[in-house]
Amino acid sequence: MKIVIINYGAGNIQSIKFAVQRLGHEAVLSNDIEEIKAADKVIFPGVGEASSAMKMLKESGLDTLIPSLKQPVLGICLGMQLMCHSSAEGNTTGLSIFDVDVLRFDNEVKVPQIGWNQIADLKSALFSGVNENEFVYLVHSFYAPLCKEAIATTTYGLKYATALQKDNFYGTQFHPEKSSKTGTHILKNFLEL
Amino acid sequence: MLTKRIVPCLDIKDGRTVKGVNFVDLRDAGDPVELAKIYADTGADELVFLDISATEEKRRTLHDMVMRVAAAIDIPFTVGGGISSIEDIDDLLHAGADKISINSSAVKNPQLINDASAKFGAQCITVAIDAKQIDGDWIVHLVGGKVPTELNLFEWAQEVEERGAGEILFTSMDHDGTKDGFANEALEILSELVNIPIIASGGAGNMQHFADTFIKGKADAALAASVFHFKEIDIQDLKKELKKQGITIRI
Repeated sequence: MKIVIINYGAGNIQSIKFAVQRLGHEAVLSNDIEEIKAADKVIFPGVGEASSAMKMLKESGLDTLIPSLKQPVLGICLGMQLMCHSSAEGNTTGLSIFDVDVLRFDNEVKVPQIGWNQIADLKSALFSGVNENEFVYLVHSFYAPLCKEAIATTTYGLKYATALQKDNFYGTQFHPEKSSKTGTHILKNFLEL
Repeated sequence: MLTKRIVPCLDIKDGRTVKGVNFVDLRDAGDPVELAKIYADTGADELVFLDISATEEKRRTLHDMVMRVAAAIDIPFTVGGGISSIEDIDDLLHAGADKISINSSAVKNPQLINDASAKFGAQCITVAIDAKQIDGDWIVHLVGGKVPTELNLFEWAQEVEERGAGEILFTSMDHDGTKDGFANEALEILSELVNIPIIASGGAGNMQHFADTFIKGKADAALAASVFHFKEIDIQDLKKELKKQGITIRI
């Protein structure tokens, strides 16, 4: 199986590569369009700020490539947010794979949310064998509101979509590579899609 | 619900753990990777590595250690100690650190907080603040509490939040090493004053101290070193006790 992690200059992507390795696979870091197209599974990470990340995607032509991919694609954290219609962070236009606008948590809660929270209302093969209310690791200031593409929800001040799916595109706000056994299980599910 | 976090801290010198550890099942008690793995497997919510080495090879050694830790564990970890530039931060994040912690360099060059937050996102920039009380005022100190600054803890905390810190790691030098409980009064004020998460550090001696810092001190996370390293407190037992007291915790 050929797994590509899209490398467009976004922060900590080693951890995803290592998590894939712990599952017995190798992942390639790449921003090469042909190499990404040829992969069996594509992981789209993202740590950082939305508008500058989007700018980097545009510079390498990845903004048009990603929505055209046919194999399973998993966006993680900012990666998931960039797959949405837009983000309030830096007034960014996203890839519009998911029909939802990303908003900032209001100051009723501490922002960013940092730590372990629960996932519920699980749908999709991504969560096959995962129990309701398992804990995952999250670190974010912006969130996708509940929408028809939600396949998991989390509550932090309000209930929001903590995972999304449309066709072959999946997104998790949480970090499966940092979410202990539950995260490993979800990542394994993705690789077996 | 978002849980409170239990955070073991490992002091690192030249790529090895410094403070003695009492894990009989460890093959190499000085190996940070092996210790990190045990903590990750026994319920720690995240880890902090504090590098105290001062050698020229420091940067390379720390980078290698961070990579080995990232390869081995599946929970988040923060790296701190002598980080003073955007290049340092970039290097450690690329090696696999989830968050970095800056302390003295933030006091000496506060603009570093703004720059790092803008470049990497607030969520991975922790500002560590060491403070102790002088004539009733909480004063920020440098060099492990030896050198006082002009800064007031609460004013400095508000400033680092405004500059873009994603989290504050507050160590009370008055409580550190006493095993007499965390600085809950100061923590409670801090928690009301800023709207970013606070990690309490300094003073952990028993399980009730953790419960107190979450309930009275309103801390979001609690950090400790020796009580975990010497197995005076087992993390699983601690988490069960906290849950029994109604604190939201991941078990």
